[in-house]
Amino acid sequence: MNEIPEVIRTIPLNYYLFLSTALFVIGVTGVLLRRNAIIIFMCIELMLNAVNLLLVSFSAYRSDPNGQVFVFFIMAVAAAEVCVGLAIIVMIYRNLQSTDVHLLNKLKW
Amino acid sequence: MQQIQVPENNAAMALICLLIPLLPFIGFVINGLGNGKLPKSVVTLVGCGSVLVSFLLSIYLFISFPAGSVGYTTEIFNWIKVGSLSIPFAFQIDQLSLIMLLLVTGVGFIIHVYSAGYMSHDPGFGKFFAFLNLFIFSMLLLVMGANYAMMFIGWEGVGLCSYLLIGFWNKVTPYNNAAKKAFIMNRIGDLGFLLAIFLIFMTYGSVTYSEVFTQAPTLPVSSEMITAITLLLFVGAMGKSAQLPLYTWLPDAMAGPTPVSALIHAATMVTAGIYMVLRSNVLYTMAPITLEFVAIIGLATAVFAASIGLFQNDIKKVLAYSTVSQLGYMFLALGVMAYSTSFFHVLTHAFFKALLFLGAGSVIHAMSGEQDMRNMGGLRKALPVTFITMLIGTLAISGIPPFAGFFSKDEILAHVFEHNKIMWAFGLLASFMTSFYMFRLMFLTFFGGFRGTEEQRHHLHESPKSMTLPLIILAILSTIGGFMGLPPVFSENHSLGNFLAPLFTASQQLNPEAFGHHMDHATEYMLMGISVVVALIAAIIAYVIYVSKKSVPAAEGTETGLHKLIYNKYYIDELYDSIIVKPVMGLSTGLYRFVEKGIIDPVVHGFGRITMGGGRGLRVLQSGAIGSYLLTMVAGIILILVLNYIMR
Repeated sequence: MNEIPEVIRTIPLNYYLFLSTALFVIGVTGVLLRRNAIIIFMCIELMLNAVNLLLVSFSAYRSDPNGQVFVFFIMAVAAAEVCVGLAIIVMIYRNLQSTDVHLLNKLKW
Repeated sequence: MQQIQVPENNAAMALICLLIPLLPFIGFVINGLGNGKLPKSVVTLVGCGSVLVSFLLSIYLFISFPAGSVGYTTEIFNWIKVGSLSIPFAFQIDQLSLIMLLLVTGVGFIIHVYSAGYMSHDPGFGKFFAFLNLFIFSMLLLVMGANYAMMFIGWEGVGLCSYLLIGFWNKVTPYNNAAKKAFIMNRIGDLGFLLAIFLIFMTYGSVTYSEVFTQAPTLPVSSEMITAITLLLFVGAMGKSAQLPLYTWLPDAMAGPTPVSALIHAATMVTAGIYMVLRSNVLYTMAPITLEFVAIIGLATAVFAASIGLFQNDIKKVLAYSTVSQLGYMFLALGVMAYSTSFFHVLTHAFFKALLFLGAGSVIHAMSGEQDMRNMGGLRKALPVTFITMLIGTLAISGIPPFAGFFSKDEILAHVFEHNKIMWAFGLLASFMTSFYMFRLMFLTFFGGFRGTEEQRHHLHESPKSMTLPLIILAILSTIGGFMGLPPVFSENHSLGNFLAPLFTASQQLNPEAFGHHMDHATEYMLMGISVVVALIAAIIAYVIYVSKKSVPAAEGTETGLHKLIYNKYYIDELYDSIIVKPVMGLSTGLYRFVEKGIIDPVVHGFGRITMGGGRGLRVLQSGAIGSYLLTMVAGIILILVLNYIMR
């Protein structure tokens, strides 16, 4: 613990935790409440990045680079996921002339 | 470097042993797959040819067999290996299996040739030959197998073929019922056989003949285990060889085509039980109680079946009861430990009974399917070859010298006389009845005036060459077949007995007394004289009744008293029906009504209803709206986290 640089220690770890929790809750709320598929998508990204932030901050405070490596992977995978996700949304829009997820309720008994 | 010489000869022998059963199987595959597509000439060629080649190979094996040796086994592959149980797929070639091979393939070939003529008008020609070949294959497995498991496969295989061939004309319901009856009766016996195999494995840790029989004498004589094993084996033999009380299937099995009756239900399959006892002779010698039981059952069957045969009017039924009776004789011989004599009778019986059945087939063929002897008569002019050959068969089965049956039956009676005089008297009674019903059959069929319709009279004709030739060959065999076992008064050299002797050495060591002959020649002559006189008297009585007085059996339903009882086969079928079939049926119906409908069905349906109702309730949760799923998911995660926190 004593090897953590002074610059970083000026801001306590808890601040990062609160921030990422707030971001994550905003993301979850958005996913649950919004109807626009694009907004939902952005909220998912928000949750991902909240996690990324958490990983990075722990990584820094514990002087363990593993967390940062992890974050790189998450960002790469998220980029790929965005490609697919946006393509799906484009297709939904072409078919329904809308991005309202509540219209997509045909898969039921 | 030392090179291991593979004995070329052994490899060739193994190939021959493999080919003998394999060829009929290939014949079965070709005829079975090509059923209805192959022309009849090809079917005949494949069906008869495969058996003929097997026969020739068997002759080769027989000739090259070293005299006096104890036989050899050839292992084809390792079949079952689990823990300490090891069952190789191996063939055992020794005196017993060699003669059975010759018998099965030889008589089988003759009957195949006969079938080509007999079945020529039948639409199921290919199917028939396929089944016959499959039968030969199974029978060869049965006699060649080197362990009880292989014998059991063959045992079941011949049972299956018997079923298929009895119900060959499967559009007739009574024939199908006869087939089912044969199958079920055999299954009862098979259960005994199977249990015996389990006990053998439990006791000796192996089911291979050589291992079992060398270990056999380690148990004390007439110990409970050995008695149980032999009795259970005998239950199997009772089913397969139609002994009391499981004999009722054999007369009904006459529903099948006549060549089938000749091949399966007279010459080969029904003697499987005798083969099995002979194979296990060491075990039987160690169980005197079982032997006594075998002798009693055999004797009872011989007398009982012969008495039923006295008043049957269906030509094939007479022969069927005669077969049951003769099989009883063979078991009687086994029971008094006259093993080689019993086998002698198997051989001679195969010749003359196959001959009689084929002759009966020829008569039925000429009479356009008529089997009732009351509608025959005077056929000797129309069917001269059939008449003469059947007469030879009748003389042989009645025990009139010098035909084959005389020697074998006389030998059996001589051994029984040594064993027990009362049994001998009953044996003689059966012999008397045999002679009577056979001559009755001959006189009713071939003598007197023709009693059939005009149409049948015009149709009368001698059978084609392919049918008379087998008759002639079998007649020759029935005439000279007895000379392979001349009684001691004529010749000290009993060629069949000497040939088979190595099979029974172990038994002989266990019980030397039973194998010694201590009958003086005067007694032997007397016994022979008595049995010949008895047979002749029976023949004369039959002649007086059915030729001189020209009496014809009365129509159905007019019999009285004892005659009626016998004509209806002592009501044994009805008895079985009322004490076994009906109660089982009643029990099944009751179980169906109360247990099935009252308990099992409601429970099963109840489970179905609960599941359906649950599903109907739960499916409203699947709304299709993603938001609600996500909400549930998040709520779930939060719940887990909260619980996690509280628990800690």
